Amino acid sequence: MIKAVMMLNTQGKPRLAKFYDYLPVEKQQELIRGVFSVLCSRPENVSNFLEIDSLFGPDSRLVYKHYATLYFVLVFDGSENELAMLDLIQVLVETLDKCFSNVCELDIVFNYSKMHAVLDEIVFGGQVLETSSAEVMKAVEEISKLEAASNSISLVPKSVSGWRGR
Amino acid sequence: MEQLKTIGRELAMGSQGGFGQSKEFLDLVKSIGEARSKAEEDRIVLSEVDILKRRLLEPDIPKRKMKEYIIRLVYIEMLGHDASFGYIHAVKMTHDDNLLLKRTGYLAVTLFLNEDHDLIILIVNTIQKDLRSDNYLVVCAALNAICRLINEETIPAVLPQVVELLNHQKEAVRKKAIMALHRFHRKSPSSVSHLVSNFRKRLCDNDPGVMGATLCPLFDLISEDVNSYKDLVSSFVSILKQVTERRLPKSYDYHQMPAPFIQIKLLKIMALLGSGDKNASDIMSMVLGDLFRKCDSSTNIGNAILYECIRCISCILPNPKLLEAAADAISKFLKSDSHNLKYMGIDGLGRLIKISPDIAEQHQLAVIDCLEDPDDTLKRKTFELLYKMTKSSNVEVIVDRMIDYMISINDNHYKTEIASRCVELAEQFAPSNQWFIQIMNKVFEHAGDLVNIKVAHNLMRLIAEGFGEDDDDADSKLRLSAVESYLQLISEPKLPSLFLQVISWVLGEYGTADGKYSASYISGKLCDVADAYSSDETVKGYAVSALMKIYAFEIASGRKVDVLPECQSLIEELLASHSTDLQQRAYELQALLALDARAVETILPLDASCEDIEVDKDLSFLNGYIQQAIESGAQPYISERERSGMFETTDYHPQDHHEVPTHALRFEAYELPKPSVPPQASNELVPVPEPSYYSESHQPISTSLVSERESSEIKLRLDGVKQKWGRPSYQSTTAASSTTPQAANGISTHSDAGVGSSSSKPRSSYEPKKPEIDPEKQRLAASLFGGSSSRTDKRSSSGGHKPAKGTANKTATVPKENQTPVQPPPDLLDFGEPTATTVTAMDPFKELEGLMDSSSQDGGSSDVMGLYSDAAPVTTTTSVDSLLSELSDSSKGNSRTYQPQTSKGPNTKEALEKDALVRQMGVNPTSQNPTLFKDLLG
Repeated sequence: MIKAVMMLNTQGKPRLAKFYDYLPVEKQQELIRGVFSVLCSRPENVSNFLEIDSLFGPDSRLVYKHYATLYFVLVFDGSENELAMLDLIQVLVETLDKCFSNVCELDIVFNYSKMHAVLDEIVFGGQVLETSSAEVMKAVEEISKLEAASNSISLVPKSVSGWRGR
Repeated sequence: MEQLKTIGRELAMGSQGGFGQSKEFLDLVKSIGEARSKAEEDRIVLSEVDILKRRLLEPDIPKRKMKEYIIRLVYIEMLGHDASFGYIHAVKMTHDDNLLLKRTGYLAVTLFLNEDHDLIILIVNTIQKDLRSDNYLVVCAALNAICRLINEETIPAVLPQVVELLNHQKEAVRKKAIMALHRFHRKSPSSVSHLVSNFRKRLCDNDPGVMGATLCPLFDLISEDVNSYKDLVSSFVSILKQVTERRLPKSYDYHQMPAPFIQIKLLKIMALLGSGDKNASDIMSMVLGDLFRKCDSSTNIGNAILYECIRCISCILPNPKLLEAAADAISKFLKSDSHNLKYMGIDGLGRLIKISPDIAEQHQLAVIDCLEDPDDTLKRKTFELLYKMTKSSNVEVIVDRMIDYMISINDNHYKTEIASRCVELAEQFAPSNQWFIQIMNKVFEHAGDLVNIKVAHNLMRLIAEGFGEDDDDADSKLRLSAVESYLQLISEPKLPSLFLQVISWVLGEYGTADGKYSASYISGKLCDVADAYSSDETVKGYAVSALMKIYAFEIASGRKVDVLPECQSLIEELLASHSTDLQQRAYELQALLALDARAVETILPLDASCEDIEVDKDLSFLNGYIQQAIESGAQPYISERERSGMFETTDYHPQDHHEVPTHALRFEAYELPKPSVPPQASNELVPVPEPSYYSESHQPISTSLVSERESSEIKLRLDGVKQKWGRPSYQSTTAASSTTPQAANGISTHSDAGVGSSSSKPRSSYEPKKPEIDPEKQRLAASLFGGSSSRTDKRSSSGGHKPAKGTANKTATVPKENQTPVQPPPDLLDFGEPTATTVTAMDPFKELEGLMDSSSQDGGSSDVMGLYSDAAPVTTTTSVDSLLSELSDSSKGNSRTYQPQTSKGPNTKEALEKDALVRQMGVNPTSQNPTLFKDLLG
């Protein structure tokens, strides 16, 4: 099972973090910091795998990939294959690249909800759901199409009074 | 005017479909990106929190604004600040009819809340309603939320609908429904145990995606109970066969491999099913053999499948042909330049070695290369392999290596692990007890605070019991050598507490045993220990007890005891100690010093630590005395219980306080409000529902939700909910506690400290490829691997020097070295030839170039994409240091599998557009923050 997906920039700022088991915010921050400090101490041209029991409990592995200013990180347990996880990162990046046409860090920051939509199509509740980036794209496009449609309708707010809550 | 501008910008952004956020949000992100310290970032975020708190209180927030606020809340929480003040707004947003808002709401809620949060109760109804929606995207969003938000208690509320969705016409929904069901199974297997047959059914789904998703729950189910799924073996095999024969739609191809992720999952399942099952293994062997032949080992994903095959083969009943193929694949991995593949190779080797132990020998040099690699992950994996292949012939070399590594790292967690492995191996394979003690000393010296206290007790017992045979001479030699080594070590500064305890105990018990050291010498040392570690009461206690023993032995043997002045002052100090334990020991010592030899001998006999002490709980030796007392008129003893007259209490059992909650949650709609109740003022906008509308019991009370949202007393109502239905706090720990480190018991403590270990290693001078193989390395290889097959050969050698690097500093302390069975080989060529291959002599980059050339020549059949992460020249170009450049570079190399755009290379037009857009929004790159905008502005 996949335990967490993270995107950190090279300064250690989280750009996206998703944990598939609930963790309190402080714990999440601790883990993000821990992961980053491990990652930035890795020399270049070494393997992309890490055993990370010290942070995530026994039998936890981590696969990361460094793209430009971003680290893509997957944390998972022994029931997944490291090389396959590395390719899952590749799938994710390819999909994002198709999605934003030449993805960069800014896209990820500003399209937070879309990022999650893409991720949710690929990893679902900690399991790999879909690995064909074409399929993922299809689903995401359909979502944004429908969202855009419903959005244009609601450009004129139906009832502002509905929000007069307090 | 300012507002108009903003609106204009928003419209402009909206039309471009780009950043749908306001300038405020962009500014926030920008300023956080520019923050140079954590404190500055915190300040920015806290002011943002203030802003949002105020904004959320404003009346009439337009929905789009609200959506942005919620995204900002999520962002704040991702940066580690509390956003709980806005949770309720996210919950409200899930009720919205607008798909975009609803999805945003669900997203925020899944990120904010855990399954036991009080607000979940407000969402369950929405989820129920959405699961029945006609719009499949709404259903998907709801299923997504289910995975995170539903706990054991709420599963029944959504279960029937999820099961229904298993037959939904859209494959995306079926897929997610399966996953949701899987999640339920993980959370509470009993709640869905009657539904597992559905997974089997879905395995035959028409859509490969759904079938692939089904493999996840099946994997879990099969690992729990293999036997009830044996009938599926042939189905899995035939699915795998179809996949490899490319019967799936092209869209499932990934880097020209047909559905590799499905293949991997299938192989994992087959490994489970085939282990120890002749029939299943036979069925699988065909398809496994095919896979080996078909797998393209030039891509990352192809190697992933190969590795999975190796794993599968190592699990099922061994088949010589397959084992051979697996060994070939492993040797390819090990010879590769990629660290990732080496890692997989080492891992695979560790698996196969259990089946055919000889396989390691042909890869010895590769393994040793990995052991000296600068990559920490690889090194650790290699140590794991060594740990697995340790036998009595190579234990010394391996443990020495492990200890050297253990000393070099700072990562306490891994230090603990490797220390316990050293101890385990030493206990299991120790060639001699002296060696064992040396190793234990090293472990204690360098990781003493991390090892389990049991290890210390074992060591003490070993020293006390000796070999276990009746060889008293050897035992006393062992003890003497232990005492000598401890006397040497004792003056070292800062020894771990546990080690000092062992030292004190051994010195007390055996320090003066054979008369080599005088009592005053040993007691002086012990006093030094107690002095130097005056804050450690346990060590002090051990030291005082040791002193007591030494004086007792002296007294018993009839010698005159003169207590050293420093010892005297120690005793006096401890007599007034705050610790009652230390005080008692001091008093005992003082009392003992005043006793005569005979009494002392009975209290503390020499070398009696192994004698069993029988405790007479009935105090029967007092019987005579009691009898005497009663005869002389004393009252017989009445037990305390009888005295207080509480005979009945024996039957008393503490009452079971675990009260079963009498009212579980209700998910059905509540009964109709009585029509006579007059509608409340705040409900004006909602028409009073027709009674017939509620006739179906499962219908969610949508209208009441609406009214709730509109109610002006929302806060009050919430509180009511909290009190009435909120879960008792003692139940709310389940999910989190399983992953949080347990800080309780010694050896399994996970420590977060000192993760950055690899940087401090003095390995910088390491060269990945050496033109010739270091003879030292070969010797090491020989001592590691040569144990079994060519032993006679090595025995005849006379060059009795161990591999210098690892053990040179230790040779003096390792006794009986010349008799150790493992000796370096006389003839280096023996080992040099097979693996002093051309590969090692080649320049890795040249090799890579060769690879790339060949791939482009033969029409791109081998995939450069998988390789490009290793291709240093691509990644190190700093001028176009961006995601897009990398991706497009690789797409150039491999236009077949990956061609998202019509134009190749960095898409300058788009980048310019983005640039313009950003400038228009007033976000300009600044010199302090080059990285954030580098991508855009190149």
